[in-house]
Amino acid sequence: MLFGDKLLTVIFYASLGVFVLGTVYKVYGWFRANVGGQATGATPGARMGAAFKGIVGVILSRKLFTLLEALVLDVVLGRRQFLVDKFRWAMHSLILWGFGLLVLFHAFGALVNPWFVGDYQSTLNPFWVARDIFAVMVFVGIILAMVRRIAKKSPRLSSSPMDIYAIIIVALIMCSGLLYQSTQMTSHSMFTEMVEDWAGLDADDDAEDIAALEAYWTAHYGLVSPNLAKPIDQELIEAGKDANDNYCVSCHAPSQGAFLSFAFAKIISPLAGVLDGAVPVLKYIHLLACFLGLAYLPFSKMFHLISTPVSLMASRVMDEDSLPENIATRQAMELDACVHCCTCSLTCSAMMASVTSGNQLVLPSEKMGYLKKMAYGGELSADELEVVSYGVYMCTNCDRCTAVCPSGIVLKDLWLSVRESLIQDQKPQPLVLTPLSFYRGYNRSRIAPETYGNAPQKAREAVAGRFDQLAAKDVAVDITRASSTHADPMFASCFGCQTCTTVCPVVACFENPEEELGMAPHQIMCSLAMGLEEMASGAKMIWDCLTCYQCQEHCPQNVPVTDILFDLKNMAAARVLPQRQAGDRKNR
Amino acid sequence: MNYALFLGCNIPARVPQYDQAARAVLNRLGVEVLDIAEFNCCGYPMRDSDSQAFLLSAARNLALAEQSGSNMMVLCKCCFGTLKAAGRALAQDSALKDKINALLEPENLAYAGKVKVTHFLSVLKDSVGLDEVREKVVRPFEGLRIATHYGCHALRPSAITGFDDPVAPSLFDKLVEATGAESVDWAEKTDCCGAPLLGGNDALSLKVTEKKLKGARKAGAHFLCVGCPYCHMQFDTVQASFIKSQPGKGPMASILYPQLLGLSMGIDAKELGLENNCLDISSIKLFLK
Repeated sequence: MLFGDKLLTVIFYASLGVFVLGTVYKVYGWFRANVGGQATGATPGARMGAAFKGIVGVILSRKLFTLLEALVLDVVLGRRQFLVDKFRWAMHSLILWGFGLLVLFHAFGALVNPWFVGDYQSTLNPFWVARDIFAVMVFVGIILAMVRRIAKKSPRLSSSPMDIYAIIIVALIMCSGLLYQSTQMTSHSMFTEMVEDWAGLDADDDAEDIAALEAYWTAHYGLVSPNLAKPIDQELIEAGKDANDNYCVSCHAPSQGAFLSFAFAKIISPLAGVLDGAVPVLKYIHLLACFLGLAYLPFSKMFHLISTPVSLMASRVMDEDSLPENIATRQAMELDACVHCCTCSLTCSAMMASVTSGNQLVLPSEKMGYLKKMAYGGELSADELEVVSYGVYMCTNCDRCTAVCPSGIVLKDLWLSVRESLIQDQKPQPLVLTPLSFYRGYNRSRIAPETYGNAPQKAREAVAGRFDQLAAKDVAVDITRASSTHADPMFASCFGCQTCTTVCPVVACFENPEEELGMAPHQIMCSLAMGLEEMASGAKMIWDCLTCYQCQEHCPQNVPVTDILFDLKNMAAARVLPQRQAGDRKNR
Repeated sequence: MNYALFLGCNIPARVPQYDQAARAVLNRLGVEVLDIAEFNCCGYPMRDSDSQAFLLSAARNLALAEQSGSNMMVLCKCCFGTLKAAGRALAQDSALKDKINALLEPENLAYAGKVKVTHFLSVLKDSVGLDEVREKVVRPFEGLRIATHYGCHALRPSAITGFDDPVAPSLFDKLVEATGAESVDWAEKTDCCGAPLLGGNDALSLKVTEKKLKGARKAGAHFLCVGCPYCHMQFDTVQASFIKSQPGKGPMASILYPQLLGLSMGIDAKELGLENNCLDISSIKLFLK
């Protein structure tokens, strides 16, 4: 029987069972889930086989040393965190090490410690003091974590319910443990129990020794006695010291050694009478919190205790040339390795687009949840998919997220995988027609050639003008607007010399430019002068503009031709982009 | 001389040799650079779809540089042109500036309009000076014919970028000639490299690129020389992957200007990241005296 309690033993084994089954289920998920279009045909079995082959291959090659280096420097010492954010590294290391050592020498102390000391007593040093040192580490870490999430308010550091759960479960385990230990120190019934069971004193025969001990423990060890009147007799305390030396020190170090609990015991001493009866309850709370943490671990952010080390090591020994099945597995695993620390979002180059579009999914850390849902076959609404697609495409591919990720997630490859499947399978994405696509062209060899051209084609069709203004029979087009006083002077000063079109390198690429481009630059300017904005913003030309500024530079009338084409592209894109974002834009 | 060095997105991720080589030559020339880790995208790739994102991104960078008290030196020509354009837009419209600054406020940033944005090549020619550059050249090139590629977004719109004469620029040619190489005269010198359309319209993008490569070859150039990561990637990796060389001839490779200058300064090819280029340009060393 564990914990001296049948019920607790049952709950512990149940929690352990849930933890093991949950972990197996989650790890199996890595072989089942698919991010984007990686190795879509491979069965989980095939992927497990590929993973086995890959792992054996690494172990039998020089990569083994890289793997071991990653294990020591990245997993154990947290090198990646240290390099990017020393504050976060300190916070995380304190929690990880403090909690890890507590699990080892406190939770599993009865199993582990006899290896070191033979006859282990949790109330003897070094464990008596070490436990409080570890606890202080965790508490400082938790405070730093809360400072980071709450006080250090950054516009791009958001906290999800899972982040809050993680802090709360650790805090609950720690606080209940601290309260349990402190209450035991002040508890008179605990004292009586110890005197009888451990010191072997009899309430009647050894009444004198017990009274002396009680005086000594009350004076020095934080015991709150309902029997003793203050001030306590000095002689009795002296006698208690001798009794303590005789009966107690062999298996109980001075309470002061457990400095944190001792200090806390002093604070709660006025409530000692009430708390005395609560000692068993506090034990239950502490242990149940631990069991909850254990059972829920595979389904919570705390699963990163397993997934992040795997990610940190996998990213060091895998590359673009690894088996597609293994890349697919790694990417699924990486979704679990993300702890939503937001380090990526704090450094995201495209961050400002999240402000102007109101789309938080521009930020890398915020995309991960949706990617996870999609990878595991979750249904997203068409609106959600549109917003995800925008967030994924609004990326300048600076790779900084990948460079800074403390979990070693190859985020850039995740984006590449999911981006292509989104623009291929979902609604047309006008961003495909912007320089954000350079990276796509640059990586063309990693994209299926038969579908490569589809996404731009689909986007071009979506942004193309429908010419409603011209098609509407009963609507007169006011071609006098150009000469009216309200006309925009920007292009109204255009006198149709066609210089813009003559110097345009895009126009020069085609034998029949109007056929290919819809309208040449000067025709776009003319349309605008006539108030045909919709028509102008629907011309294919605007998206084929290289933005080389030859037209604007050479315009004798100083019409900012290229800048106007930028405005038209904005206008055309807004017609296609998600409504919610477009709405936000209007409200700005 | 001290500048906040703006690298943008492409250089650290895909053209690190530009950063490496630029630092090496700047170091020799006594120009100090400051790195601001908080810099974000200049706003260039967002300009097509979200002009606010373009302005806000640029303004955040300008505000960060302003806060550091240094002027900005930009390596990428698209970043340079974008930061210049945003700076002008904000200078001309105080209501717009207020609006953008309001969006920067949560970050405790504000852009007042004081920071000066300069391209790396202009720093070399104007702040360091051609004489100073020439003085540091210890192994000039001989017989090397270079086609300078100016890069659209630095050159135009000249009223905003103020980089050089938009029709008959000479800044880059002078810098190339300072290394002892000959800067060939060619018709496509100020034309676009094609990079802005890659990924969205590859056929057109590559057509524009091919035109340039052909022009440079016709002018008898041995190499193209560039001062922009986009142009470089287009002429280097993209050419290597997607453009077939003319029969019997190799590709028209490109070299980044600080690599060219660095070699003539006697800096080791490795330090200049020559092997990071996709196309092998090690043969350029044969032209060193």
